[in-house]
Amino acid sequence: MTDAHTAGAQSHDGPFIAAIDQGTTSSRCIVFDRDGRIVSVDQKEHEQIFPKPGWVEHNATEIWTNVEEVVAGAISKAGITRDDIKAIGITNQRETTLLWDKNTGEPVYNAIVWQDTRTDALCKELGRNVGQDRFRRETGLPLASYFAGPKARWLLDNVEGLRERAEAGDILFGTMDSWVIWNLTGGVNGGRHVTDVTNASRTMLMNLHTMEWDERIAESIGVPMGILPEIRSSAEVYGEVTGGKLGDILGGIPVASALGDQQAALFGQTCFEEGEAKSTYGTGTFMLMNTGEKAINSYSGLLTTVGYQIGDKKPVYALEGSIAVTGSLVQWMRDQMGLINSAAEIETLASSVDDNGGAYFVPAFSGLFAPYWRSDARGVIAGLTRYVTKAHIARAVLEATAWQTREITDAMTKDSGVELAALKVDGGMTSNNLLMQTLSNFLDAPVVRPMVAETTCLGAAYAAGLAVGFWSSTDDLRANWRRAAEWTPHMDADTRAREYKNWLKAVERTMGWLEDDES
Amino acid sequence: MARNIQSLERAAAMLRLLAGGERRLGLSDIASALGLAKGTAHGILRTLQAEGFVEQDAASGRYQLGAELLRLGNSYLDVHELRARALVWTDDLARSSGESVYLGVLHQQGVLIVHHVFRPDDSRQVLEVGAMQPLHSTALGKVLAAYDPVAHSEALEAERTAFTDRTTCDTASFEAVLDLTRARGYATDAEETWEGIASVAAPIHDRRRMPVGAVGITGAVERVCPSGEMRSELIAAVRDCARAVSRDLGASRF
Repeated sequence: MTDAHTAGAQSHDGPFIAAIDQGTTSSRCIVFDRDGRIVSVDQKEHEQIFPKPGWVEHNATEIWTNVEEVVAGAISKAGITRDDIKAIGITNQRETTLLWDKNTGEPVYNAIVWQDTRTDALCKELGRNVGQDRFRRETGLPLASYFAGPKARWLLDNVEGLRERAEAGDILFGTMDSWVIWNLTGGVNGGRHVTDVTNASRTMLMNLHTMEWDERIAESIGVPMGILPEIRSSAEVYGEVTGGKLGDILGGIPVASALGDQQAALFGQTCFEEGEAKSTYGTGTFMLMNTGEKAINSYSGLLTTVGYQIGDKKPVYALEGSIAVTGSLVQWMRDQMGLINSAAEIETLASSVDDNGGAYFVPAFSGLFAPYWRSDARGVIAGLTRYVTKAHIARAVLEATAWQTREITDAMTKDSGVELAALKVDGGMTSNNLLMQTLSNFLDAPVVRPMVAETTCLGAAYAAGLAVGFWSSTDDLRANWRRAAEWTPHMDADTRAREYKNWLKAVERTMGWLEDDES
Repeated sequence: MARNIQSLERAAAMLRLLAGGERRLGLSDIASALGLAKGTAHGILRTLQAEGFVEQDAASGRYQLGAELLRLGNSYLDVHELRARALVWTDDLARSSGESVYLGVLHQQGVLIVHHVFRPDDSRQVLEVGAMQPLHSTALGKVLAAYDPVAHSEALEAERTAFTDRTTCDTASFEAVLDLTRARGYATDAEETWEGIASVAAPIHDRRRMPVGAVGITGAVERVCPSGEMRSELIAAVRDCARAVSRDLGASRF
């Protein structure tokens, strides 16, 4: 009889690993046991600040206070002390950018959130005569407003006197991982100013091939090298918890991992082999595929990014494709169309018919993203006849998420030459059984849901645990991975091919909707 | 014809009063409109308020119709909502018990499986969402029949097949099993549906204490029910899970 069989009801034996997830809407802390099971959770939302259309900011001081509270909260709910905690790991919203004064610890401005589009014009200008791929070969990224480097430049240009203070050496730059680690490890009293390779790979300032800041690009973007943190691996001890509110409770505990949220989910899903991929279904969807030790240049509109790096081992790269509108399309059906009362009801409505009735829904609400990148596209529902009911539309809504995943998967196969063996899924929409089955049908591959839904926090915990020897190897972590459900394809090849063709026709009809001067 | 119950008539009149015309009314307006003493009117309003049919505005002290009235006409819990709410708890139950987890609701004359979590080992398993199980012999079915009057009458009317020589089929014994289920708060199935398989299940209630489904674990009889006794820690884990899902439905369903 195995441990799992004798465990019975709740029984968690120490020691434990704590993981902080500094996310877009909230900060959370989860305590995990050696089996990767959740022992306790604490969470606190922070304010979303919208100073102008398209601008999104966070108050970094509020975020740090919340992080302190949720860490203390999770430790207290678990009923444990510092002796039971072996390490703390960090995962974070990616690309959100902060500059702060290293002498006072005060942010010089709110953090500029990844969704913020204020650097659109700056990015166009930075493309000069080359366009958005000017830095793609070195950084793996197109010049787009998400990434941190141009956001830092905006701050330096727009906050009075900031560039002078930066050049005088008083200012530190960081994504949220850097901010949290610096504060955890002592802040103004010797806090460590570091970032990890995954977060650094989202700044447009790091060279993917050397894992170092690219001086030429930093100069082109207009960010002084002196404010940049030291780039470290994703799993190593950066420092110890020191001082402040947490110093009293957790002083001396190693801070031992940092991973951007999507990379953390890849790690938590134990996608350690080349060709393994995960897709996280939330408001939007992020799919990452492990491409091993090769940074693969994408010609299909995907991003090349760092998957993770464990200590002094070689970095592991990933291809990333994101879908802007997935869960938010279901919310749109609920809030704007009023066709359903709750998100879960989309499945009830969609299940009341056997197929889409000929209707296809392409939710290009703000243009088409990967692999098309067409900002002139807008959403369409195609194939309408008198026969089509709201249930067919509901089905088309779910199919839209599945087809968009298929498009990303095809692009990944094209770029990497690796066929997807199985897709590991997580996120809120995985509770939708019809969607998961449809996904498997359209991909013609098994779709697998792991038993721990909190893959993001788990990934950070795993990386921290590896760094301190709590887990000995990635094989150890794989052994923890449990399959909660698996969907296998039930669709004949002809139907799949015909439906995909129809979907692609519908996609075509979204393009060029906006005239040149509108987009 | 028997006399109607006066306080219910008065309560109904109050609801009609609040539904028509001005939306919010003070105590004296209500009392005088219905020709009641203030004390009497207040007693009825307080009862309606406790049931959620009437709400009192904190600032003005005036009364209005409560959200519960809207829910009456729309109280059906979507099974996919139930699955979404149960997801984390059932994952945790599978991990802590080491067995597979099923969530079932009444559908026609049987139990419809709306959610299934694999047993946490590396074995190949097939997702059984959408499958039907019998009401009279499975732990999920017995829980539904014990707590949901509709399931109860379906189970009594249906033909109760003896799947194994342990299946309870005759009406009196079946009713006794349901009594025991209600008394203990869970039901079991030790090789009553499938040879070699045992299960334990407990009821899930919504915020009005209405039974909406059952959750349970299923596994090899040697593990779940060694030497003829259901393992008490498994029973406790199943009941904890059922309570957690119920709490989740109650706390934030609307």
